[in-house]
Amino acid sequence: MAVEKRVPALCNYAMFCAGCGHGVLLRLICECLEELGQEKNTIAAIGVGCSCHLKSGINVDLVQCPHGRAGAVATGIRRAEPDKCVFTYQGDGDAYNIGIAETLNAAYRNENLCVFVVNNNNFGMTGGQMSWTTMEGQKTATSPAGRDIALTGAPIKVPEMIAHSFRPAYVARGAVTTPAEINRLKGYIKNAFQAQLNHEGYSMVEVLSTCPTNWGMEPLAAHQHLMEHVVPYYQLGEFKKRGE
Amino acid sequence: MSKATADQERCKGCGLCIAYCKKNALEMSSHINSRGYKSIRVLPDNCIGCGICYTVCPDGVFTIAAE
Ligand SMILES: Cc1ncc(C[n+]2csc(CCOP(=O)(O)OP(=O)(O)O)c2C)c(N)n1
Ligand code: SF4
Ligand SMILES: [Mg+2]
Repeated sequence: MAVEKRVPALCNYAMFCAGCGHGVLLRLICECLEELGQEKNTIAAIGVGCSCHLKSGINVDLVQCPHGRAGAVATGIRRAEPDKCVFTYQGDGDAYNIGIAETLNAAYRNENLCVFVVNNNNFGMTGGQMSWTTMEGQKTATSPAGRDIALTGAPIKVPEMIAHSFRPAYVARGAVTTPAEINRLKGYIKNAFQAQLNHEGYSMVEVLSTCPTNWGMEPLAAHQHLMEHVVPYYQLGEFKKRGE
Repeated sequence: MSKATADQERCKGCGLCIAYCKKNALEMSSHINSRGYKSIRVLPDNCIGCGICYTVCPDGVFTIAAE
């Protein structure tokens, strides 16, 4: 049987750096929206950071939220438009460092939303500063000697926190690396949207992603770094399955 | 059989597709696209249309379709 794969019409050219993981996640979200018939029924709440490139990168209605506030903005959209498919698209710095209150409050209330967080271990757009997800010992623009976790805290695990403390519909962590991981991640994204369409409540999918520009690595070396040094700490998988 | 085709205008020359293709069916061309990036070229004789390039490409360069 002939294989057919085409990039969905709602997935435009996006201005991410060459080899950046954001682009794969954007395409997977578009594929899921298309497969679920939601491409004309969706509103996105996007964070500040490289997530801003969704403004030209996706053909759905969207709101550019103040930094960190997408969880609250998406809640407002959900209340005003109960029949729309609503998702947030945020970086780790946006959803965690800056917007942890809004992120946790939306999860705590079990808002019927999907939250996608790109965890690339730094503030990418602003030049690679240390974030809550920066790995121990990782050199960034603001941790030039490597992150000292005794001084700055250890890399935060928000999906685990939400899955184990609240009663969300679905929580998972995937990675944008090998074809196998990308295919698995697509399954997580699909589950998140299906949970929302089925009125099951809040879903978060955190996506481990590369930032070749600020990591100072070639795109393939960044994939290898992620699998060898990031995945052992940030375990992949489903932390809260639907219906559990 | 299906084959990959590449939209060179979307390509940023990151090379991930070359690294993951098991069939040596992709190479970097010398063509510089209108955004100033080097872009990829498919070698159709080697391509088996598996779609690995489509999956790993961050920029939606590839279409996999019957010839
Ligand atoms: C209130 C406010 N504080 C700081 C900034 C600067 N700023 C812009 S993007 C960004 C970090 C984004 O990092 P992240 O959410 O991890 O996204 P990435 O670019 O890594 O995908 C910061 C701090 C801002 N725009 N507004
Ligand atoms: S700065 Fe990093 S996260 Fe932002 S587009 Fe470039 S590679 Fe991607
Ligand atoms: Mg980031």
